[in-house]
Amino acid sequence: MSTRNLAATSLEPSWSAVRGIRRVWDRIFGPLSLIATLLGLVVLAALLIDVFSDGLPRLSWQFLTSFPSRKPEEAGLVSALVGSILMIVVTAMVAFPIGVGAALYLEEYASDNAFTRFVEINIANLAGVPSIIYGLLGLEIFVRVMFSITNGRTVVSGGMTMALLILPVIIIATREALRAVPNSLRQAGLALGASQWQVIRDHVLPQALPGTLTGTILALSRAIGETAPLITIGALTYIAYLPPASPEALRTPFTVLPIQIFNWVSRPQKGFHEAAAAGIVVLLVVLLAMNALAIYLRNRYQRRAV
Amino acid sequence: MTVQTATETKTSTNGATGQTNYRASIKDPILMLNNVNVWYGNTHAVRNISFDIPRHQVTALIGPSGCGKSTVLRSLNRMNELIPIARTEGEVLVNGRNLYDASVDPVVVRRHIGMVFQKPNPFPKSIYENVAWGARINGYKGNMDELVEESLRGAALWDEVKDKLHESGLSLSGGQQQRLCIARAIAVKPEIILMDEPCSALDPIATLKIEDLMRELVKKYTIVIVTHNMQQAARASDYTAFFMVNDDRVGYLVEHNHTDEIFTNPKDKNTEDYITGRFG
Repeated sequence: MSTRNLAATSLEPSWSAVRGIRRVWDRIFGPLSLIATLLGLVVLAALLIDVFSDGLPRLSWQFLTSFPSRKPEEAGLVSALVGSILMIVVTAMVAFPIGVGAALYLEEYASDNAFTRFVEINIANLAGVPSIIYGLLGLEIFVRVMFSITNGRTVVSGGMTMALLILPVIIIATREALRAVPNSLRQAGLALGASQWQVIRDHVLPQALPGTLTGTILALSRAIGETAPLITIGALTYIAYLPPASPEALRTPFTVLPIQIFNWVSRPQKGFHEAAAAGIVVLLVVLLAMNALAIYLRNRYQRRAV
Repeated sequence: MTVQTATETKTSTNGATGQTNYRASIKDPILMLNNVNVWYGNTHAVRNISFDIPRHQVTALIGPSGCGKSTVLRSLNRMNELIPIARTEGEVLVNGRNLYDASVDPVVVRRHIGMVFQKPNPFPKSIYENVAWGARINGYKGNMDELVEESLRGAALWDEVKDKLHESGLSLSGGQQQRLCIARAIAVKPEIILMDEPCSALDPIATLKIEDLMRELVKKYTIVIVTHNMQQAARASDYTAFFMVNDDRVGYLVEHNHTDEIFTNPKDKNTEDYITGRFG
């Protein structure tokens, strides 16, 4: 009874609409956030329309299979495309195992002490370091110090520099994925007399794989669009041959799509500007294909994991 | 079941609270706890726990929340060590060998002392793989199909799942999942199975099935179960250990005896108050 009286006296229900400033904010906030959303869409659309209208007419089989040329109408980007793909394969092969390994150590093995916290903070800091700094590091270590292995300004030097660049991102993404694996799963495995590695190999990693793959592929997409570190280590802008179809290909000079595009944009002739736009279209397609692969792998492994 | 008489000698006295701890004498115990203390960081979780766990019997650990019964259970297969700040002192003897001896590998301990958790936690894999995995990683070389069937029969689950062994373990109901976890535990042929409130997430019918199963399993294994449910302890256990928490939030053992004795003729006033529902 007493609660009923209390309700009646303190919260007399009023069914009329909320008034005053509260009401005003409620009305304008929805449209405001819609504008914020549209702004992003409009900029993206303007960019795409501009690039596609300039670049699509230039895009042809000839463009994809020709080497760069001093005549704009004959120029193509086959060497840059092959260079980008080769480099990203090296990057993935270096960054994925090291990144996943580091994340596994930090998340599964390391105890929570001053040292691991120091490492964690610095990995987060590394993710924010400007990419050109990684280029300087790659120039000194991979191009100069490790010359006998890398042969200087080559695919493998570029790939390893990019691997350094995206390593923090992969480590952070993998740690998030590992943290999302419920502890009860680890306990279930350990309670059966499994070693920690057996539990990680058979239960934790498979569960964390979708998140890990997604993070890695998104990081690789970032690497494939990067220019600054590769210019720093001295990737060439004019490559008129394809690397040999052997492991030796990794030790040959190379160029990549963003550098080729940058080079074309800085030429005065209009024909090269069209080639640059077409190059951007190719780069976008490669990026979107990689993102699509990330989504596909995530869905596929998620289904299998359950 | 062999009837052993409980000695009423006071085996230890908790000086701080003046609590008395009645230790039942057990012939041929499989597990003996001697002065087990567990700390989480600076928090003393349980103090000076000493009692014996009889072979091929169900021992229930009961007591109010926070009394450390789960902590004691997890000290029996060194699962507390997975919590970085946990520290255990004292002895837990299995067939006379101290589990906490420096030469003992916790992985081997858990292989021989299995565990079933509060919330069913099957692996997100097929039913078959849930049962087979533990045996495989422990180097089982025999016929895996037979072992899986035998373990699922042992957990009274075979008839319900025999036609869908390759479906996900997560597709089963809660009670079935818990029996799958029991099948998984017995597939590695442990000596002792620890159960941490195995029925708290289950409905009464699934609970009864697990209790029947425990009575069946205890013919081959030794079972230690933590339960909040006193009826469950009374129905399903042979021995009961009653724990309480003192004013300093430290858990201790009040009384350990035959379940019948604990429930009909408790030696300690606290035990009597708890089982009659006056607190807890």
